Amino acid sequence: MAVIETQGFRLDNSGRRIVVDPITRIEGHLRIEVNVDAKNVITNAVSTGTMWRGLEVILKGRDPRDAWAFTERICGVCTGVHAIASVRAVEDAIGIKIPDNANIIRNLMHATLYAQDHLVHFYHLHALDWVDVVSALNADPRRTSELAQSISAWPHSSIGYYRDLQSRLKRFVESGQLGPFKNGYWGHPGYKLPPEANLMAIGHYLEALDFQREIVKIQTIFGGKNPHPNWLVGGVPSPIDLDSPGAINMERLNMVARIIGETIAFIDQVYIPDLLAIASFYKDWAKWGGGIASQNVLAYGEFPDIANDDSNKSLLMPRGAILNGNLKEVQPVDLKDMNEIQEFVPHSWYKYADESKGLHPFDGVTEPEFVLGKNTKGTRTNIENVDESAKYSWVKTPRFRGQPMEVGPLARYVVAYAMGRPEFKEPVDMVLKKLDVPLPALFSTLGRTAARGLECSWAAHKMKYFYDKLIANIKAGQLATANVDNWEPRTWPAECKGVGYCEAPRGALGHWIRIKNAKIDNYQCIVPTTWNAGPRDGKSQIGPYEAALMNTPMAKPDEPLEVLRTIHSFDPCLACATHVISPEGKRIATVQVR
Amino acid sequence: MTPTFYEVMRQQGITRRSFLKFCSLTAASLGLGAGGATKIAHALETKPRVPVVWLHGLECTCCTESFIRSAHPLASDLVLSMLSLDYDDTIMAAAGHQAEAALEDTITRYKGKYILAVEGNPPLGDDGVFCIPGGRPFVDKLRRVAKDAAAVVAWGSCASWGCVQAARPNPTKATPIHQVIDNPVVKVPGCPPIAEVMTGVVTYIVTFGRLPELDRQGRPKMFYSQRIHDKCYRRPHFDAGQFVEAWDDRGAREGYCLYKMGCKGPTTYNACSTVRWNEGVSFPIGSGHGCIGCSEDGFWDKGSFYDRLTNIKEFGIEANADRVGATVAIVAGAAVAAHAAVTAIKRARSAKSNEKVEK
Repeated sequence: MAVIETQGFRLDNSGRRIVVDPITRIEGHLRIEVNVDAKNVITNAVSTGTMWRGLEVILKGRDPRDAWAFTERICGVCTGVHAIASVRAVEDAIGIKIPDNANIIRNLMHATLYAQDHLVHFYHLHALDWVDVVSALNADPRRTSELAQSISAWPHSSIGYYRDLQSRLKRFVESGQLGPFKNGYWGHPGYKLPPEANLMAIGHYLEALDFQREIVKIQTIFGGKNPHPNWLVGGVPSPIDLDSPGAINMERLNMVARIIGETIAFIDQVYIPDLLAIASFYKDWAKWGGGIASQNVLAYGEFPDIANDDSNKSLLMPRGAILNGNLKEVQPVDLKDMNEIQEFVPHSWYKYADESKGLHPFDGVTEPEFVLGKNTKGTRTNIENVDESAKYSWVKTPRFRGQPMEVGPLARYVVAYAMGRPEFKEPVDMVLKKLDVPLPALFSTLGRTAARGLECSWAAHKMKYFYDKLIANIKAGQLATANVDNWEPRTWPAECKGVGYCEAPRGALGHWIRIKNAKIDNYQCIVPTTWNAGPRDGKSQIGPYEAALMNTPMAKPDEPLEVLRTIHSFDPCLACATHVISPEGKRIATVQVR
Repeated sequence: MTPTFYEVMRQQGITRRSFLKFCSLTAASLGLGAGGATKIAHALETKPRVPVVWLHGLECTCCTESFIRSAHPLASDLVLSMLSLDYDDTIMAAAGHQAEAALEDTITRYKGKYILAVEGNPPLGDDGVFCIPGGRPFVDKLRRVAKDAAAVVAWGSCASWGCVQAARPNPTKATPIHQVIDNPVVKVPGCPPIAEVMTGVVTYIVTFGRLPELDRQGRPKMFYSQRIHDKCYRRPHFDAGQFVEAWDDRGAREGYCLYKMGCKGPTTYNACSTVRWNEGVSFPIGSGHGCIGCSEDGFWDKGSFYDRLTNIKEFGIEANADRVGATVAIVAGAAVAAHAAVTAIKRARSAKSNEKVEK
């Protein structure tokens, strides 16, 4: 490949090639290849989704009321987000208005997921990029206790607590069976935390693992189980009746209230202080990993405060796009505009009749075509290096008005910040001040990780807000949780189409449905990780993952800690990203090696 | 020192005799012949926690998420004290080459002694290119790791039956694991399985040194031998002919039976109505939605989740004593017939789905 100049980046694949596959501590299967120059700085980055499930063709011909259950199974980590998008798409198509209580309960369940999912991401998928488990063995429990108490009022912080934790950890390490910590990058020069901070973080890794079980019980109360709670077109399945043993009653509501209180306490007293403490040792990472975040970000918005209203008047988390870094002008977003959101496939393992053009998801086509480029190293069933000048991923390439867009917590915060929404702007300014870094520091690996933490706290407090709204409604005698006027398919138009939006924890998610004679005629999803992990487009524009890795220095390229930090800051979900297939259900997979 | 496997078993009250029996059963199942049992016993007495390799194929990671919801035992205790989770892409610190090295080291060093847990399934279409972690088809990785596993556990409906990606028309030819490997497989179906069912199966194996008793289809009887309907707390409403007729109607608020709303509890074998979900907080029926039958083979292709199981005619709710009495008789008869039919179909299906795929 010759050198390619794009979006201010200079892609050069002449240096040493490093392959990281599997990228672990993510959902699904992702491969990253990078080239480094003589100084071990990344000069080229290639993101490859390595799985594909084909869910949309499976949906064709089925009952639209069942679609939430199928699409929910796209992802069990961000469980429920596809279900929300799906029921919204069907309701939009048929014209169903849901009762206020159903809207509140959906918001509450969704905010519950934000709290749990962000927490698990920080401690169990991301923390080990910053926290050295083995170093914690050298910590002084007394000083660890002092550290913990200096940053938070969280009660589990005594000297004895940390001494006991350390001796457990010591026994574990000395057993020689490190389990999930085996072959980690312990002692890597990139780890900067003092032993005491490492020990504290490991304590919270374990506490968070135990606590996250509690948070999701709210989904269980309203949806019957977690992961994969139950949803309903037209509302929610759980009825409310304070005077019945068979519905949401006082006992159920009390459990919800108790869990919300504990969730707020854990996030504000453990997650946020840890995030700020750890970040203060890694301010360098406010320089790297920004990618296209400073240029283009997109949010569909979420948490409608007014039922059935997805305008920015109603959305507590606003909808909008930033293009070319112009924070002064937030662009409107229309999911039904055939020219705004389109998917391209010149570098994806799919085939279009004309691959120079993109397709809006209402007209989406996905014909698998597993073709490797002529510069591929290895064989089609043993790939050593992909050829990024050809097709190289199961992820498609979505574009907004032709532009690659970053989605996720950082994108949402940037859009809300640009709109001047105080709930988002004030915490961002607080963190920037606390870490003593300027606004552009937000556009970085560190900024992305910080935005997720702030959002987790925001969501936890919103859980309380939604709970209070629900109680107020019940007090006012409003009990309805489902609108069944259009439950029966005979009441539906012969043909209709609709869009379901959602802000999943990982970013903007859309479902597009066409219904014909009460059956699904076409179903398409564009999911957050498709936006972030997608390969290049026909103009060689790179997407968020590839851009974010560019120009990052690696201390030891054979131990790719820096790659993991930046990729994990996006919280990848590959099962989501790689499931699309054509509504026509054309012949599956034509395979050839060029 | 972390206690060895043997020490943990002794702490759990297992006798030395039972321990040795486990060793000889394991040896026999691995075809190690005379002397094999002694070797395994020695290994387990000196080697600590049982190594577990957890592989991910085509899936959505709901099984892992469920696993970490376990309240008894806590997932952290299980992973830190009872098992050694030496490979699991979802939570392990290492990535890329270091992750692959951890896998190779585990299956070489603990040859014949590790448990393989599989989440998701291999797609066999087009030489397996629809799932290529590490640049190679997942099915190859699965077969390689299964070869020397002491036991294989299929997590969830993906590994057990195929689940959503195998629903018609199964574009990637996603295939349940027992069809591609030779090992006996403990199936733990559900989408996902209940957390305490998952940890219950694992701790049973580790604590008692044997596989739990399985049914004909390979599911542990302790969790999968009864229908959700059999132990449903709303069953008395079914028997009394009290049904939810529409979402959020009076019956729904009273907690009546969801049979008419499409509940698949009468044909679904799982522990939801006994163990319940998330530390016993609720289960689908308890929160007002029918069971969708997610632990059953092919549940995606049995019609809408809102279709009624049989064509029982509508009847009045608590009309009068005589009417209810008649109702009960009709319902009971129909339900029994439905159960019998489903069981028969299931047998036929299981015979078919147990066939191996040619390698």
